[in-house]
Amino acid sequence: MLPKPKKIKKIYLDHAATTPVDERVFSAMKPYFMKEFGNPSALYNLGRTAQTAVTEARKKIAGLLHALPENIIFTGSGSESDNLAILGVVKAHQHKGKHIVSLGIEHHAVLRPLEDLAKNGFAVTYVPVGKDGLVDVEAVVKAIRPETILVTIMYANNEMGAIQPIAEIGREILKYRKAHNTIYPFWHSDACQASEYLDLDVEKLHVDLMTLNGSKMYGPKGVGMLYLRRGVSIKPLILGGGQEKSRRAGTENVPAIVGLAKALELAQKDKAKESARLRELTAYFWKKIQEKIPDVRLNGPAIGESRLPNNLNVTFMNIEGEAMLLYLDEYGIMCSTGSACTSESLEPSHVLRAMGMPFEMAHGSLRFTFGHSNTRADIDYILKYLPAVVAQLREMSPMQSQKH
Amino acid sequence: MKTQKNKKIKSADVRGQKGESWLYSDVVKEHFFNPRNFMHYDEEKKFKFNATGRVGSPACGDEMVLWLKIDPKTEKIKDCRWRTFGCGSAIASTSVMSEMVKEKGGMKLDDALKITPNDIMKRLGGLPDRKIHCSVLGDKALQAAINDYFRQTKQHKRIITAGAKVIDKDLNITDHDIEEAVLEGAHTIEDVQKRLKVGVAKPEAKEAIEELIRFYWEKYFS
Repeated sequence: MLPKPKKIKKIYLDHAATTPVDERVFSAMKPYFMKEFGNPSALYNLGRTAQTAVTEARKKIAGLLHALPENIIFTGSGSESDNLAILGVVKAHQHKGKHIVSLGIEHHAVLRPLEDLAKNGFAVTYVPVGKDGLVDVEAVVKAIRPETILVTIMYANNEMGAIQPIAEIGREILKYRKAHNTIYPFWHSDACQASEYLDLDVEKLHVDLMTLNGSKMYGPKGVGMLYLRRGVSIKPLILGGGQEKSRRAGTENVPAIVGLAKALELAQKDKAKESARLRELTAYFWKKIQEKIPDVRLNGPAIGESRLPNNLNVTFMNIEGEAMLLYLDEYGIMCSTGSACTSESLEPSHVLRAMGMPFEMAHGSLRFTFGHSNTRADIDYILKYLPAVVAQLREMSPMQSQKH
Repeated sequence: MKTQKNKKIKSADVRGQKGESWLYSDVVKEHFFNPRNFMHYDEEKKFKFNATGRVGSPACGDEMVLWLKIDPKTEKIKDCRWRTFGCGSAIASTSVMSEMVKEKGGMKLDDALKITPNDIMKRLGGLPDRKIHCSVLGDKALQAAINDYFRQTKQHKRIITAGAKVIDKDLNITDHDIEEAVLEGAHTIEDVQKRLKVGVAKPEAKEAIEELIRFYWEKYFS
């Protein structure tokens, strides 16, 4: 039977789902809940203080992205930013064409709006990704048609950590526009998973629109932003007051905006060091898993430049993810799975399926996403129990695995 | 596999206010962490059984194999073993079902055939709504194993074919049997017969069986 730990250690390995708020971020946000609670639109001093906080946050973010403050639109989430990017471009430019290029491995915040558009006269090309989850730049360019108004491709994937060649795709889109003497297609990237580890310089990435949010980078939940290049027009989704230059109505969420700016500043400052540290941790974990457990597969790109340094997605053959998850939870280990059994739709991960993975392998996948709090000691703790959990579930499984 | 909605059963999909309670009922948890009667590696060669059933497939998320030791005189299930690929509720459902058929000296085959997903679920103290389909596999495996017993003992008339289309009336072969056989690699009518351990099918059924083999083969493997 399974070993019992003397003391249960709580180990959070689901940072791609969300991160805790950093102490420094929380401190920066605090004054704007109760003391400086004014509405930034108000003219009296209290409102002006709030306005200043929002302006400063906007400037700070613009600086980090190599953009101008007016290019930053604050929203309520990463999902809202994705929706605003796609539907906002569509509303403003659909008379010029009804074709969009994207990937099948995108987040649902991109896929659902695209599915909706496809029901309303739009054509969407989902460029296939390889078995490693990476897209070929040339294949993206080939998918562009004269009527393509938007290309939307995520910077880094939340499930298996594939980092797409965003800058190269951006360069090719610029070339295409020049060669065809057109302003289309516009170029959007969902960079929510990238903010902790990757370069977000919009001039280097050549993006016209880029989505970020707070909850994946030790910032608050319920806040996101969309970078919008000057000269690219979009129509708002939320109508009301004139906030965000009439591109997104609603009283500004001042503490969350302040928190978002602080979180992005910290993330970008530490990204090289933290990336190196986490890559070493994930490489160590993967090496140990292979040593201790037979019949395992790494899903997504090899550990290295094309993979988020904090992501490890592994299929344990012949067993099912939710069952593993529940056993691991008993040991205080928190991670996630691509199995159908944990999804509302009872469908296995669309990301793993889009990579050509058979259903049963997607069912047996576990995703570990590391973060600030994790150390090598956490991995050693997990390795005390994970092999036993896998062995027990395999003994119960009708499919034959190598025995231990 | 499709979710079956049954509003009468109270969903256990509630986490406590303190975040301490389980997604599943205590019974589910108990069976999941301490599964009863599963086939241990060291029992594989020793366990004596006279009926076996396999249902589902890993591609649909659940697969279950059940081995039964049936007393031919009393028709009681004296012992059983199982193996399940699936989530926590699939494993708990199988475990609880194995306990139900074995207890009190063993359940009679006719009674065992009456076990419904509802019975399994009640005993588990409920399952979350979207997990209800996981308990369906348990009674399907039980039915498949008992059908296997009837087939082995040449009681073809007793084979239960509810919910399936009977292809060969004498041998009670259904489209489900053929589907399962194809999923296990059967490619010809002989493969199917070998798997179901039956003799020559009726000539008029032969064509229908061959057609179904082609159908399922294309469905799953082409």
